[in-house]
Amino acid sequence: MKQLVIKPEKCIGCRTCELVCSFGHYQQFNPKMANVTVLEYEKAAVAVPIVCLQCEEPSCMKVCPVHAISRREDGAVIMNYDKCIGCKMCMNACPLGNISYHPSVKKVFKCDLCGGDPKCAKYCPTGAIEFSETDALSDHKKQLAEHYRDIIGEEANA
Amino acid sequence: MNNGYVGTILRVNLKTGTILKEPLNDKNADEYVGARGLGTKYYCDECDPKCDPLGPDNKLIFMTGPLTGTAATSAGRYNAVAKSPLTGTIGAANSGGHFGPELKYAGYDGIIFEDVSDHPVYLYISDDTVELRDATHLWGKDVFETTDALNEECGSNFRIACISAAGETGCLFAGIMNDKHRAAGRGGIGAVMGVKKLKAVAVKGTKSIFVAHPEKFFEVCMDARAKLKAHPVTGAGLSAYGTMILVNIVNGVGGMPVANGRDGACYADADDISGESLTAKHLIRNKGCFGCSIGCGRLTEIKSGPYKSQGEGPEYEAGWSFGADCKINDLGAVCDANFMCNQYGIDPITMGSTIACAMELYEMGAIPEEDIGFPLRFGDAAAMVKATEMTCKGEGFGKIMGLGSYRMAEKYGHPELSMSVKKQEMPAYDGRAIQGIGLEYATSNRGGCHVRGYMISPEVLGIPLAMDPLVTEGKPALLKTFQDLTALCDATGICLFTTFGMGLPEIAGMYREAVGSDESDEEVLLKGERIWNLEKQFNVAAGVEKDTLPPRLLREKLPNGPAEGKVNELHTMLKEYYAARGWDEEGIPTKEKLTALKLN
Repeated sequence: MKQLVIKPEKCIGCRTCELVCSFGHYQQFNPKMANVTVLEYEKAAVAVPIVCLQCEEPSCMKVCPVHAISRREDGAVIMNYDKCIGCKMCMNACPLGNISYHPSVKKVFKCDLCGGDPKCAKYCPTGAIEFSETDALSDHKKQLAEHYRDIIGEEANA
Repeated sequence: MNNGYVGTILRVNLKTGTILKEPLNDKNADEYVGARGLGTKYYCDECDPKCDPLGPDNKLIFMTGPLTGTAATSAGRYNAVAKSPLTGTIGAANSGGHFGPELKYAGYDGIIFEDVSDHPVYLYISDDTVELRDATHLWGKDVFETTDALNEECGSNFRIACISAAGETGCLFAGIMNDKHRAAGRGGIGAVMGVKKLKAVAVKGTKSIFVAHPEKFFEVCMDARAKLKAHPVTGAGLSAYGTMILVNIVNGVGGMPVANGRDGACYADADDISGESLTAKHLIRNKGCFGCSIGCGRLTEIKSGPYKSQGEGPEYEAGWSFGADCKINDLGAVCDANFMCNQYGIDPITMGSTIACAMELYEMGAIPEEDIGFPLRFGDAAAMVKATEMTCKGEGFGKIMGLGSYRMAEKYGHPELSMSVKKQEMPAYDGRAIQGIGLEYATSNRGGCHVRGYMISPEVLGIPLAMDPLVTEGKPALLKTFQDLTALCDATGICLFTTFGMGLPEIAGMYREAVGSDESDEEVLLKGERIWNLEKQFNVAAGVEKDTLPPRLLREKLPNGPAEGKVNELHTMLKEYYAARGWDEEGIPTKEKLTALKLN
């Protein structure tokens, strides 16, 4: 199964991902309406794109009182807006802050992998976001996770 | 609005505290595009060209372009426009980072600051909420301290543009810094902000930018990005080494001025201060401005020694000014001086060149040591860093250096040794070894400047066509086109560096699909020519001195290198240039030209 794989060591903090995401979903340029956000850790000199990891056991799915969140065949955890009542429980439940709300969208939103061809990965100029098979990258990801936990840990918790 | 613009201009009177939201002038937006062009148009319509740049009548305008904040490649830019206190010309300074797009997301194409406040203030913008707030507690703080304090006060997701004490106390080459390390750097626009007692602008926005033809626009933008990715300069060179890649390239053609240009333009120690050395020894990671696929920015660190520091840069021009121009081969010292310029918000080109000028004057005995307080010789890294620090902080001799090299050299009886045009220092390319860039310096509408028509592209890099740097043939006409295209590029809100890998068809294409126009490429380029002529018209009315170069470039033959024996042949080129522009022999735009451009 393919997944978005983040490579912070390649991120230059340009936020192209935010732009193409908001355009892809709303035909507007507005980073605040994007499903992906680049966080800058200034002291650690690291930029990290943050995006839904399509968890195996999504908290958002568990807490949704009207069962509006489900898993699609390709693994994407998606919203059904016919059912969604906008209570924002899912936003609170996501431990990573990957569900957002915007006044002009008037609904909660999260990454839906663009229906299988995620624009953030497609247009990232440096390859900091890739859409690839998860198994092949798991070792690399583990090493990186440890590395970045060490160098940005303090700043992230501050 | 669904044409790239967001439709509202903020008008802030700093004396009365009045804040008005007025609709964008559509006609001006159409004719002058945005950013540098539109800002200059607003300025020229509202200000007297003879006004005192450091007086209350000089307005300060922040302006974005129709592509700023969109998916157009490298579209993170805004311009700060005012009459320049350094040159007396129209001063438009361009900056990247994330501030410009954020201003548009808050719903404003630009801000016009009028008059002066009687106490320090900053402008707070959070979407529709716009307030002038007291900044007494921030006065005197440097760029980093101010930014951190405002992020604490307003919120960490606010984007900050500000000045430091250098701008507050009238350093004539103080810039406006945004996102800490990005500068609207040249011409002393930060001193204008300082006089107004405007410490900063803090902005956060949550709104959208819409374009006229979304699908088509996105397509041409992504095509342009792909083109940049495939180009050796924008896709590889600038990403790998930053602009410092130019050190060895420009030095290779004997065009990197050494010791204020006194010792020619071949630096023996170029390797020590090159982009390759910077990358190998000091690079932490690359950093891109908003929406940029090039990512030329450098996060760098000097890990140990007397210059232990961390920051962004240096760019090639700063690498040269603190390096070859002062004959310093210690990259740590060069980086440290550059970081300080960011922290205190001053222009490193003018800073390094002014120190180099002071070094020459000191060595020839024209500046007595007691005035400076210590020996200031070429090659003395510690003295160079100290001189930078004194200027940043406005201490002692730093106050005199803070006026720029021309006023300093004039004070000591040698204005001819200031390597400046219209009192602004020329950047890192010798006009004797590279003829066309000399013509660019002489004719640039904001004094000595390389980014109004970057002739290094054809003359050294061979882009878009290769020209022999030593000849003059064909340069004037090409420079005119480059200057017009650059004015257009700046006005749209995208970065000039994109033009290494793409040209008019891409810029005009993105512009058309954003604003919804069916104009031809040539018609779009004409807007660039209109902007250029408007700037020139202002300078003529302001009484700016004529187009020329320092005597060193016109009369002192280069002593060494591939261009040995050369001087700049300005007189030949200037005539041809004025003819190409449709101006008279004195370089004044003719009535016919102005009428054709709808400028009178």
